Amino acid sequence: MHSILEAIRAAVGLIASGDATLGEIVLLSLSVSLSAVALATLLGLPLGAAIAVGRFPGRRAIIVLLNALMGLPPVVVGLVVYLLLSRAGPLGELGLLFTPPAMVIAQTILILPIIAALCRQSVEDAWREYEEQLRSLGAHGVGAALTVLWDSRFSLVTAVLAGLGRASAEVGAVMIVGGNIDGVTRVMTTTIALETSKGDLPLALGLGIVLIAIILALNAAAYLVKEAAQRRYG
Amino acid sequence: MGLMWRIFLVLLLAAPAYGQQKFITVASTTSTEQSGLFKHLLPAFERKTGIQVRVVALGTGQAIDLGKRGDADVAFVHDKEAEEKAVAEGAFVDRREVMYNDFIVVGPKSDPAKAKGRDVVAGLKKISEAKAPFASRGDKSGTHSAELRLWKEAGIDPQQGRGSWYRETGSGMGPTLNTASGMNAYALVDRGTWLSFKNRGDLAILVEGDKRLFNQYGVMLVNPRKHPDVKKAEGMAFIDWVTSAEGQKTIADYKIGGEQLFFPNAGKASEVNVGKK
Amino acid sequence: MILPLRLESVAYRGIIEPLTLELGAGPSTIILGANGAGKSVLMRLMHGLLAPTAGKISWSGAAPRRHQAMVFQRPVMLRRSALANVVYALKLAGVADAHRVAMSALEEVGLAHLAHRSARVLSGGEQQRLALARAWALHPEVLFLDEPTASLDPTATREIEALIRAFDAAGTKVVMATHNLGQARRLGDEVLFLHQGRLVERAPVDQFFSKPVSPEAAAFIKGELPWV
Repeated sequence: MHSILEAIRAAVGLIASGDATLGEIVLLSLSVSLSAVALATLLGLPLGAAIAVGRFPGRRAIIVLLNALMGLPPVVVGLVVYLLLSRAGPLGELGLLFTPPAMVIAQTILILPIIAALCRQSVEDAWREYEEQLRSLGAHGVGAALTVLWDSRFSLVTAVLAGLGRASAEVGAVMIVGGNIDGVTRVMTTTIALETSKGDLPLALGLGIVLIAIILALNAAAYLVKEAAQRRYG
Repeated sequence: MGLMWRIFLVLLLAAPAYGQQKFITVASTTSTEQSGLFKHLLPAFERKTGIQVRVVALGTGQAIDLGKRGDADVAFVHDKEAEEKAVAEGAFVDRREVMYNDFIVVGPKSDPAKAKGRDVVAGLKKISEAKAPFASRGDKSGTHSAELRLWKEAGIDPQQGRGSWYRETGSGMGPTLNTASGMNAYALVDRGTWLSFKNRGDLAILVEGDKRLFNQYGVMLVNPRKHPDVKKAEGMAFIDWVTSAEGQKTIADYKIGGEQLFFPNAGKASEVNVGKK
Repeated sequence: MILPLRLESVAYRGIIEPLTLELGAGPSTIILGANGAGKSVLMRLMHGLLAPTAGKISWSGAAPRRHQAMVFQRPVMLRRSALANVVYALKLAGVADAHRVAMSALEEVGLAHLAHRSARVLSGGEQQRLALARAWALHPEVLFLDEPTASLDPTATREIEALIRAFDAAGTKVVMATHNLGQARRLGDEVLFLHQGRLVERAPVDQFFSKPVSPEAAAFIKGELPWV
């Protein structure tokens, strides 16, 4: 209990002091995770919709695979991306290792299955309702998939938030491909890991509280936006 | 949804501009970083040369491997044997000694194994005889190699105690200390990490001052012939500075609670015994 | 002209037995039968939502897809305004000046005042009227209706029936499945009676109800109207 109270005090102290390093770390964390979410959404929504609406051999195997990939261990993703971006690896020439873009790439790979799989489920459920009417009107293929995708937008917000949650919470991938370099690739989760390993548990916990508070705020905002829009559109 | 896009764009533009400034990547160890030395040392170098130093902190073995893969420009580690081997293999060039610090053995204040004293080998013998819990890093690090050398000198094979009193955490100094603190175990730790470690629990310094506990740091450049992309000029600038009078003084000036952590010894023939026979 | 529609020995799994019929322009056709007789499946086969497992379905003329529309028992609306739903269908069909055409369709069915309301918050009856407006805007040659008033209250039912009559009067071929005998009499010119996937009887509506030829039809009418 004592450590938790100290942690809360540390958290409040951190925020109140307006510490510049903390601000830098928070900004980097948000920009990496939000970028990954944006990319994964751009790629994952069409992918999920295509699988939901399409009919092709091996479809069921792909669905199972996609669902399974939701559980990709972050540290494994980090390792694979590291080996790809390492100077000794195939994409070493890009010089991306130990930079924020590498972290965005790793996180995008990590959360793409989550967004795609949840989207697939939502769209598949909606497709059952819409399919006959849309085909009657002459919509099919990509056009029909996009129509259903847009119509499912409120359920899809949840899928995107799930991706955001995973990205902002993970430490394994960004640690390996980012290197936790002070002032360059240090994000909230890697800072928490560092402070923990330095034995400064209240500070680590305090940072954890700050991180959770930010994610909570983002989720609350998304929920309010969704509610308002839903009231309008039904 | 539109709002989220706008926020993302703002953050993307606000993200720190990297790659605009000259920089080198230095592979070092977690214990060195956690001692706080770099926060003290690197700004001075940056001010003088305008070169940003990006430190990736890993275990010594991993740091050397990072250099071998060409993902770093310079290695700054503390395992002379491993460093010299890497140079002999051609992975690094221009190895220079920089500074040394020392290890200490910490353990429960009550010292059940009666290990306290100046003789680390005797102390380890007592710990093994008493089968008192000992937390080892077990992670190919400089600290871990030093620990293994000391056990060897004591004529003890700690693997005999594996699973009972000898606990390998496979992790960095901090987590190992957390574990030691949590189970009231003995551990070998570098003084720098100990001084800044905040979760000591019931642990205290029990063995210190033995010459065999001295820990030599070396700095070396990744071989440009093996990895042409290595930033040779900037890397050498760092190596030169850190072994120069100015760099050495900056190292000596780093203190925690009035205590100096690292003792610069560049260029001096190594009188210091790194603990190997 | 995509009519007449010809079905030759068309079958679908075990639900529709090999069935041959021809639908021509003109009379509104009621597909009548008990639940499970295969009315919905037959409609979907004709409209092209299902492919027959045997036999052949052929329309006359070119691009038969374009000149048909279907209204389902439960209207399916997109999450957008009533007007936008009609515009969507028009744009799919490549109709020019979609907004204006959509607005006039909404006026026809009396929903102009709800044009910018979200379609999914409308009442059941209003949504079904919207579905009819959407179909009307496309000016189809054939309008399929699958039990369009089964989920509606009597007032809404009357409104929908009035609109169907208007479609019919304007020259659209109405093909409607129902099990409501009163509705069949009110709206139909001819009856196709299905029993267990077979076309058992086909007759003009008055003749069907007063003098059914097949025993199944007679039993059905009696079952629905025990006092006959």
